[in-house]
Amino acid sequence: MSKQINVALIGNPNTGKTSVFNALTGLNQKVGNYPGITVEKKEGICKLPRGVKAHIIDLPGTYSLNASSLDENVVIELLLNKNDKDFPDVAVVVSDVENLKRNLLLYTQIKDLEIPTILVINMADRMDYKGISLDLNYLEERLKTKIALVSTRKKQGIDRLKSLITNYKELSINHCIDLSEIDKNYFENLKTAFPNQLLYKLWLVITQDVNFGKADRNEIDAVTNFKTKSKADLKRLQQKETIKRYQFINDVLKKGQTIDIASAKDLRMQFDRIITHKIWGYLIFFVILLTIFQAIYDWSSVPMDFIDKTFAVLSEWTKTQLPKGAFTNLLAEGVIPGLGGIIIFIPQIAFLFLFISVLEESGYMSRVVFLMDRIMRRFGLSGKSIVPLISGTACAIPAIMATRNIESWKERLITILVTPFITCSARLPVYLIIISLVIPEGRIFGLGYQALTLMFLYLIGFLAAIISAYILNRVLKIKSKTFFVVEMPNYKLPLIKNVAITVLEKTKAFVFGAGKIILAISIVLWFLASYGPGENFNDAETITKKEYANQNLSAEELHQKIASHKLEHSYIGLTGRAIEPAIRPLGYDWKIGIAIVSSFAAREVFVGTLATIYSVGSDQEETIKNRMAGEINPILGGPLFNFASGISLLLFYAFAMQCMSTLAVVKKETNSWKWPALQLIIMSGFAYIVALIAFQVLK
Amino acid sequence: MEDNLANLKRGERCVITDVSSIHIPLKLLEMGCLPGNYVELVQVAPFQDPMYLNINGTHLAIRKETAIHILIKKIAYE
Repeated sequence: MSKQINVALIGNPNTGKTSVFNALTGLNQKVGNYPGITVEKKEGICKLPRGVKAHIIDLPGTYSLNASSLDENVVIELLLNKNDKDFPDVAVVVSDVENLKRNLLLYTQIKDLEIPTILVINMADRMDYKGISLDLNYLEERLKTKIALVSTRKKQGIDRLKSLITNYKELSINHCIDLSEIDKNYFENLKTAFPNQLLYKLWLVITQDVNFGKADRNEIDAVTNFKTKSKADLKRLQQKETIKRYQFINDVLKKGQTIDIASAKDLRMQFDRIITHKIWGYLIFFVILLTIFQAIYDWSSVPMDFIDKTFAVLSEWTKTQLPKGAFTNLLAEGVIPGLGGIIIFIPQIAFLFLFISVLEESGYMSRVVFLMDRIMRRFGLSGKSIVPLISGTACAIPAIMATRNIESWKERLITILVTPFITCSARLPVYLIIISLVIPEGRIFGLGYQALTLMFLYLIGFLAAIISAYILNRVLKIKSKTFFVVEMPNYKLPLIKNVAITVLEKTKAFVFGAGKIILAISIVLWFLASYGPGENFNDAETITKKEYANQNLSAEELHQKIASHKLEHSYIGLTGRAIEPAIRPLGYDWKIGIAIVSSFAAREVFVGTLATIYSVGSDQEETIKNRMAGEINPILGGPLFNFASGISLLLFYAFAMQCMSTLAVVKKETNSWKWPALQLIIMSGFAYIVALIAFQVLK
Repeated sequence: MEDNLANLKRGERCVITDVSSIHIPLKLLEMGCLPGNYVELVQVAPFQDPMYLNINGTHLAIRKETAIHILIKKIAYE
């Protein structure tokens, strides 16, 4: 096997690092997680000349090696750990030609780690527009590296980058900066104490709170006189270090870069005076949101109907074409409807991620963060919380993962805790079917009652999130450093390739992540509903036939009676009966109870569960709906799904924490079972009380 | 006269004089908020907070609570 070259792509956010990654690897990439944390790990393979392959890791964007978030920790942890299997043979620092000065800060830090480093100057196509010219030979000499001038938009420079990677052994590993000039005494002492260690590495270990190899840390702690510097002193040294680095960079760029200001154009400021304006800014944001929601519901209804019908047909076909037996039944009644229940969400999820990724790629999302910060702060959130709250309308899982760039732990924790209140796409099918059952079709001011109810449900989800954030902000006694620095990147036309890859990846992650659970649940449900203990289940046919012997039922009706008798005495029926007393005050019967219990795996299971329980052969919505409409409340009489129980059910789903995957992600992100447990108990308890009051008042 | 960044009005320009306060995150310095650099206020959100700044070509937003620790000197446009 030929040796692979390990390459790490490093760079500031908004430098087009991901575009370079995509250009190098194409679709030859995979996204996983770093062990133990949910930071996304993107890696891919790039084919180089002469049969050599490069294994490329796209590290999270960072402004410096002084980490201030989980994502950034990943970068230093890898770069400091020579034993990591992904430790780079060569680092590729991606910079943006418009922000070269700031991007070079990170570059000088990487150089100090003595890793062979290539500098990519990206977005070269914007040089003319910005009036920038570069003296590449001079820059290469002063920065002690090789430079690839790249434009991913025009597909230029990638071949040069590939050949630089192939020949990485020729790169210099000399420093750009001499750290000891910052504080001679301190650094000389450090050097004497650890003659075998890299000075900058020692310095990083001392100043950062990240989890380095334990050995390193202990070694330094053992020689205590280096910790004697107070935090403030260390910070002062870091400030000096930063200034020192910029002095060097300014010096290099004075000769290496010329900017002709007369020909430079910057529309960003003109744009932003309107887009971030006190009135226009909010108005534009509101219109964009409205458009997105409208588009998601309109555009996805066609493919969703198609998927729904296809799976109904498929299920029917399996039942009639395959040999009869338990396996065919499992396939037709368990697996296929289960799969359908996952795949039907693909259009909506894909559209939502499409919009979110366009908003992020274009740079607009940073403006929203700016606009919303002050308002969100009143509720204990950060402007950056708006991104998770918006993505929460698709799914709380990626939304909670998107909280990672909120610097303040308290603001981040509150965002994580309240995000599940936001109406996610899994609640939608439940809402739709119940609304169509219990809300009349009339109109008021040209707006349908049903549409208004749906809007109202989204609204109360949002309000619940905001209000609980406000309460949490008062209750939680967490002191955490809060700071807020958001870059306002230049507006960019999103690259279609980048957007497409994001949508593909996120949708895939949803289908396989959530899909596994939904599928497993539907199979388990099918078993529980198809088998039962004792005579009552096994002799259902004889018992039922005896009971209705003198009623002259048709074969079809008799078949129905047998099926429902079987269901009542199956494992699932017995469980349902057991929990019925708890849910009866809310207006539900045991079948709804089962649907709610199975919803704790994933909400969207609700409809599928009722479909299985009501033993409906095909899962066309109309059929389930008619079935549900025909159900009679065993105690009160009248339809089971009436206005009171319907509203009660809607409110229950709006507030209850019914998603195991979300709980698992919250556990991972907060590193404690305490927070997911609190979410589960408080949200579901609140949902129960609200649903109880609603039913008792309305009935 | 010593002044701080929170007092900068829209359309005004200033030069940073001191950033040694412990309340200024290192990240801000790393993004170019350093003594001698010029700052222009692009936009402010309602209640003057957060502030959208152009620091030597880097566009970023910070909260008022951070801005009051950054010392500046206002200058006139050439």
